[in-house]
Amino acid sequence: MLPYTIQNYLADQAIWPRLSTDLPEFEATEQAVEKEIDRLMNIKGKRSVDSIHKELGHIMWEHVGMGRTKEGLEEGLKLLKALRQEFDTNLFIPGSKEGLNVELDKAIHLRDFILMGELVAYDALHREESCGGHFREEHQTEEGEAKRDDENFFYVGCWDYQGSDDKAPELVKEPLNYEIIKVQQRNYKN
Amino acid sequence: MAKNISVTIKFWKQNGPKDKGHFDTHELKNIPDDTSFLEALDIMNEELIGEGREPFVFDHDCREGICGMCSLYINGTPHGKTERGATTCQLYMRKFKDGETITVEPWRSAGFPVIKDCMVDRNAFDKIMQAGGYTTVRTGQAQDANAILIPKEDADEAMDCASCIGCGACVAACKNGSAMLFVSSKVSQLALLPQGKVEAAKRAKAMVAKMDELGFGNCTNTRACEAVCPKCETISNIARLNREFICAKLAD
Ligand code: SF4
Ligand code: FES
Repeated sequence: MLPYTIQNYLADQAIWPRLSTDLPEFEATEQAVEKEIDRLMNIKGKRSVDSIHKELGHIMWEHVGMGRTKEGLEEGLKLLKALRQEFDTNLFIPGSKEGLNVELDKAIHLRDFILMGELVAYDALHREESCGGHFREEHQTEEGEAKRDDENFFYVGCWDYQGSDDKAPELVKEPLNYEIIKVQQRNYKN
Repeated sequence: MAKNISVTIKFWKQNGPKDKGHFDTHELKNIPDDTSFLEALDIMNEELIGEGREPFVFDHDCREGICGMCSLYINGTPHGKTERGATTCQLYMRKFKDGETITVEPWRSAGFPVIKDCMVDRNAFDKIMQAGGYTTVRTGQAQDANAILIPKEDADEAMDCASCIGCGACVAACKNGSAMLFVSSKVSQLALLPQGKVEAAKRAKAMVAKMDELGFGNCTNTRACEAVCPKCETISNIARLNREFICAKLAD
């Protein structure tokens, strides 16, 4: 009975008080966003947001795709860092920050996308094994299947931001501990 | 084989709802004719930004005819004069002639104030939906799909009504700025199903009242909406809405 009624009970409890914007955290965040917007508007370079976005797509496709190699990922990371530099020094956003500015909107997202791309490349480079959608071409079985390395990568990983975009993130591990099932290679053949 | 065409885009610029607005033009040269119309506008925007100008602002999202965001009034017709049943994003450059001037304007209606250029505020549609475009159900597990039997024809018809994507072309095409095709589709998609019957009277009244309150005009059966609807909604939905509405009023 419980599973059928609990959601309805919980739905009635979800009466959230409106949070005040009169808090120091809100003010600090507002100022940080304001500062970032001013920084972006003042780069006044030559390249449009879309042109950099498309370049990001090409780098990810070429070097950080599903089949990846150590060399390719290292090259990709280099290109991504250079692209972030290009974004920070040569971006052009027309118009002003007052009112709707779609280019500014896209630029704010794009900066996150580039960092996200770097993080994906970072993680893929670190993980010296193949598993699931992460296929390191160096690590495959004779039949071309993903080859795991449970001795060294038997954990769930998470990257801890070190306070600056230029510092390498730090890996936090949570070991996997299966008590009942036996860990084995997945096999779609039989 | 794609060939290239050159066109002049005459596009509407308007800085907010209070601005008077004006047309700007831009020549687009050598565009492959298998480029979509919105891609051509992207190319135009890259060129404008290259000249240090602000891009032309328009709404878009899925670019595959399902989300209802794209909303351009092209050469005097909402979503352009293409084949029936196509949104702005499903329009291709091969539909235009080499050397043609293509005029692009926003939906012009009291219910949809301009935010910028051809991006208009269609929150009014959400408000109409909030007024009654739903069925009240208890949160929790969905019941078995076969628990309520629904005749195939009813299910199909409800699905046709539900395929309205809320783009607002019907309002833009209507000389009265009426939202009846939209509202009637949204009322019908529920009224046709047993689950929707319970609140049918309340729903029809609430949605029509909201529509009137938000400044949309009345329907005078000119059928301009039907001709431009990208999802081919028909005014028989409007007849159904009127029936629902009259029944609801009589019951009061
Ligand atoms: S009825 Fe047609 S034109 Fe009107 S909002 Fe729905 S899909 Fe768009
Ligand atoms: S962009 Fe989604 S329907 Fe046109």
